[in-house]
This record gives sequence, C-alpha cells and structure tokens, in this order.
Amino acid sequence: MNSAAFFFIAVLTLSAAVAAACLRQLVHAALSFAVALVGVAAFYFLLGAEFVGLVQVFVYVGAVAVLIVFTILLTRHGTDENRGFNWSGVVIALAVLAALLWAIMRTPALYVAAQPGVTVTVRQIGEALMSDYVWPLQCVGLLLTAALIGALVLVLEEKR
Amino acid sequence: MAFRCARGNAIPVLLKKSGLAFLHRNVSGFLDQIFVLGKQWLLSFLAGAPDWVGQIASSLLNISALLAVFLTLFALMSLFERKILARIQNRYGPNRVGPFGLLQPVADGIKMLIKEDIVPARADKVVHFLAPILIAAAAILALGIIPYGRNMTPFTIDGGILFFFAVGSTNEVGVFMAGWGSNNKFSMLGAMRAIAQMVSYELPLIITVLPVVMVTGSLTPDAIVAAQGGYSLGILPHWFVFTPWGAVAFILFFVSGLVESNRTPFDVPEGESEIVAGHMTEYSGFKYAIFFLAEYFGMFAVSGLAVTLFLGGWHAPFSVLQFVPSYLWFFLKLGVLLFVFIWIRGTLPRIRVDQMMSFAWKFMLPMAFTCVIAAAIWHYQGRRLSGSLWSLGWIVLVYLTLSRVLGVGKKFAPRTYRFAE
Amino acid sequence: MVTLGDYLFVSGLLFTLGFAGVLLRRNLIIIFMSLELMLNAANLSLVAFSRFRTNSLGQPNYDGQVFVFFIITVAAAEVAVGLAIIVALYRARRTTHVEDINSLKF
Repeated sequence: MNSAAFFFIAVLTLSAAVAAACLRQLVHAALSFAVALVGVAAFYFLLGAEFVGLVQVFVYVGAVAVLIVFTILLTRHGTDENRGFNWSGVVIALAVLAALLWAIMRTPALYVAAQPGVTVTVRQIGEALMSDYVWPLQCVGLLLTAALIGALVLVLEEKR
Repeated sequence: MAFRCARGNAIPVLLKKSGLAFLHRNVSGFLDQIFVLGKQWLLSFLAGAPDWVGQIASSLLNISALLAVFLTLFALMSLFERKILARIQNRYGPNRVGPFGLLQPVADGIKMLIKEDIVPARADKVVHFLAPILIAAAAILALGIIPYGRNMTPFTIDGGILFFFAVGSTNEVGVFMAGWGSNNKFSMLGAMRAIAQMVSYELPLIITVLPVVMVTGSLTPDAIVAAQGGYSLGILPHWFVFTPWGAVAFILFFVSGLVESNRTPFDVPEGESEIVAGHMTEYSGFKYAIFFLAEYFGMFAVSGLAVTLFLGGWHAPFSVLQFVPSYLWFFLKLGVLLFVFIWIRGTLPRIRVDQMMSFAWKFMLPMAFTCVIAAAIWHYQGRRLSGSLWSLGWIVLVYLTLSRVLGVGKKFAPRTYRFAE
Repeated sequence: MVTLGDYLFVSGLLFTLGFAGVLLRRNLIIIFMSLELMLNAANLSLVAFSRFRTNSLGQPNYDGQVFVFFIITVAAAEVAVGLAIIVALYRARRTTHVEDINSLKF
C-alpha cells in the first residue's frame, strides 16, 4: 500500500515537473508546476511530516503559484523561444543526474526501511521553533519584512 | 479555572440527583453518539478483513455522510436563501413547486442537469474543464476537519486548522484557471479581482485565528472545541466569543469569511452589473452548478470553522441543555450564522473594489494583530475579569486610534449632482 | 518496501529536471520555476532523512523538518523579490527572454 502510494506520487510529481520545465505555453507550465509542488507535499505526508506538507501547500500553491501566474499575466507576449537549442546544457544536466544517481547507488546505508509509527507532531515542531530555533525564526521574520518592502519598492510605478 | 468548573457542574449534579439521572446518562448519551455507534456497527461487518480495508471503508463512510449532509443542506440553503431574501424584499419567493416551494431545489437541479454544456471555441478546454472540479474539491476537503459533534470529526488531522487554510488557498488557483481557461476579458478581470480580494482577506482571516490557537495551544479543531467546554456559574459557557478579544476576532473572522466566500457586500468578483458574472461567465449547465455548490460549501466551511473556533463548537449554550445531542447544537449555530449571511446579503449594497482593499489593509489587518496582543494580555492576567478589562481597554485604544488616523468620523462634503445637458 | 534510497532517487530526478530547465529554457519565469523545483528536490531529501534517521531512543529527528520550514519561508521571500524584479525588468525592456537581457546597464 505504501509502495503503491509512493510509486503513484512519484510518477505524478515527476511528470508534472517535466511538463513544467518543457511546456511552451507559460500558464500551462505554471499550473503543472503547482501540481508538482502538490506532489512534493504528498511525499511529505507519506513521510509523516504533516506540518511541512501543509506549509508546502499553503506557501507554494497558495502564494508562489499565484504570484507566478500573476507575473505571467503582467509580462505577456514572451513565448517565442525558437532560437537554437543548448546541447551543452543537456550534457551537463545528464552528467549531474549521473553523478547524483551514482552517489545514491553506491551508498548501501541508504537502503534501510523506515521505522514504523514515527511521526512528528505540530507541537514538537512548534516547540523546536520557539526554543532551539528562535533566533533563526526572528531572522526569517526580518527577512520576510525586508522582502515585502523590497518587492513593493521594485514594482512601484515611478512618478513622472 | 478550578472554581469555575466546580460551579459549572452544579446543575448536572442536580439533574443526576433527581430522577432524571437515567435520562441524562443513557438516552441522551445514545442519541448523542447514534451516528458514531451506527458507523461502528457497519464497520463490525468487516471485522475479519485486513486493516487497510477497514480504514478505507471508514473513510468512505465519513465522506459519504459528509456529502449527503452538506448536499442536503445546500439544497435547503438555496431554497431558504431565496425565501428569506423574498421576505426581506416584501415578495413571496419560490412557492410553485411542491408545498411552500419546497421542491424548488429539485426543479433547479433538473434544469441545471439538462442544460446544454457550452465550452467556448477559443477556450483552453482542459483548464476550463478542471477549474470547477478543483474549486469544488477544495471546498469539500475544507469541510472535512470540522468537528460536527462529540467524536464526529470526519478526519482528525494534527494540524487541522492549517489544513483548512492550506486547502482554502488552492481555491485561488482554481479561480485563476476558470478565468484564464474561458479566454474572455470579463472572466479574466473577474478572476483577477477575486484573487486580489482573496489574497488580501486571507491575512485577517488567518491572523484572527491565531489568538484562539495561542490560547488553546493547539491546531487541532477537536482540542479547540474541548477547550471551550465548561460553564461559569452553571450558565455562562466558556466560548471564546465571550471574551473581548474573541468577540472582536469573531467579527473580523466573519467579515473575512464573507469576502472569502464572495458573498454580497463583497461580491465584486462576480458583480453582475460590472463584469457579467466574473470568472463564471463562460460556464453553463452543470459546471455552473458546481461553481454555485462550491460557493455554498465554502460558506458552510467558513461558518463551521467560526462555530468551532469562537462559538464553542458542539457545546450546548447552557449546562441545563446538555442533554440535547451535540450535533444538533452545531447545526443550530451553523444555521444562525448562515441566516446572518443571507440577512447581510438582503441588506447591504455592493462595496467598491478600492474601498474593499483599503478596508482590508488599513483596518482589518491592524485590528487582527490587536486581537493577538489582547489575547496575550488576557492570558497573562490569569484569564480573569481583570484580564478581560485590560484586553478590552487595549482593543478600544487601538480602535479609537485607528479611526482617528483613518479619518472615519470625517464629515463628507454635501453631495452634488450633475445632470446631462 | 520504500527505502530512503528511493526517496533520494526521486529527489535527484526532480533536481535534475529543475537543473535542465534552468540550463535549457530561455524564459525568465520558467527559469524561476525550475529553480523552485530544485529547492523542492533538496527539501524532499531533507524530510526523507528526518523520517529515516531516528535518534538512539527511537524518537524522530525533526531538525530536517524545521530546516525545510526555513527553506520554504526564505523561498517565499525570494519569489516575492524575484518576481518583482522580473516585472520591473519587463517594464523597462518589454521582454522576459534571457538572451535579450545581456547588458549590465540600460
């Protein structure tokens, strides 16, 4: 049952990612990107990481995908891409894939099954965020505020 | 806390001492748990099957019960909305089909089913088709985490509140798909308006939930409902709406909920007089019905969450009335909130887009943060009367400052009329 | 039985897809989405590690999940600023094609 779910989610996520990287029509690419992100969130649920999965859906589908779609609408007519193909890029990508897979295949310690019944509750994560990770949390808050102001300043129309 | 609980038990103890003990304990307990027991009875047929079969059957039972209840409620709501609106506007409303027009939803459903399903020739077919499905799925999923009664949560998930908002945020993608897939200016404009307003009002909606989560220390709806059990002096329930921060947060939450479900004072995305029907312009027949259904389900979900968070969930308002089954209390409270939805629709005109946006960012958001701080004050003053007064003072202070800064009390210049010459 | 290696395999594939998207596509927005895919691949492997590596008491190790939470937050900030830059760039140059944006100053 677990393996079947894993296989299904993997196929869904990877095919959506392929579509996101390959489709010509920008909006379609953005929508399949959202599907790929939901697939990753489903992996998190499968791994017993409820909190991270919910945050993933919340931030990526609710905010990032919508923002990307808005940007696509604000920057229309940019779909012509027939200016040659970057074959060296394909070679580099394949080399990276080969290196990653080689490293994964060569590490026998990775082929361990999960211990059953290990789930992290939201409370545990909240306590970790409020005790060990409280300074990073504050920094992230500052960063988000700075990003908010920065994004606003960047897109403000200049007064003539 | 301790003395409150002791006093709170006074009346049930009296009941138990009198001859009503049997009734109190057994019959009402059975009626309260009748659906849970029924489900267990149905699942007992699967006792020999493997574990996962039982799990799937249990989920399927929950889902079908949820759908059955809310589809019925949807039909009733569509009828009562028209009836109540008609009452407000001094007319009869639907009264031809069946006694008192009660079969009107059936007639509407048949009409929607046999209508031609038109897809515009230049539309993006796949996106156009998937949009209503996504929106309806999100609305139904959001209903799943609400506790409808004692032990009656369709799926218990650790971060239930977070789940509600995570699922609700996928709605925006669905609305965008509807607007873009239709390949129509007005649909696109309506979708953009809808997304802009949903994003703006999602902030106060979530931040007004924060004080409740802070005070109960849990993201699980069941724990939040459990935290609101008990009565002061045997009559006054410990619902969060009876604390100063809770009352303000409830009003803010309800207004944001109105916006999130595109209801009338904020129905800018589908303003008929401006942009036809917004992102739903190019939909007809059953797909249009699904949009309608999603809107109502969203309304049920937001009011259900408001009941769960602020109105004590399935708890009875008086300890004397605890013998009434818990789910009846939940649906009674839900019904009251839905009536307020209809009442507001019958009373208020549509608001302008810029007014709505400035209201969200300049008033709702600061007030939502004020509620968070007020809840903290209440908590650190020992959750007693003094804490309530301090937090009330803080809220009033911020409210007065805000209204001063925003110039709410400003006198308007006398209206001038200009006529065509 | 699904092992840690399987999750890392999927994560590697996802990373390569994002990487290929960054290298091969010329549209700024697609490149941006591919970058996000790469971040997600890294997140997936982190969550997988946190699930499969428990401490000596058998308790879950949630450091990986906290880390993913921070990555998601930073990614949200990055998206806000990055997309704002794309919009500003489009206003100045009327294009989102990377090969048209090859001068340092305009």
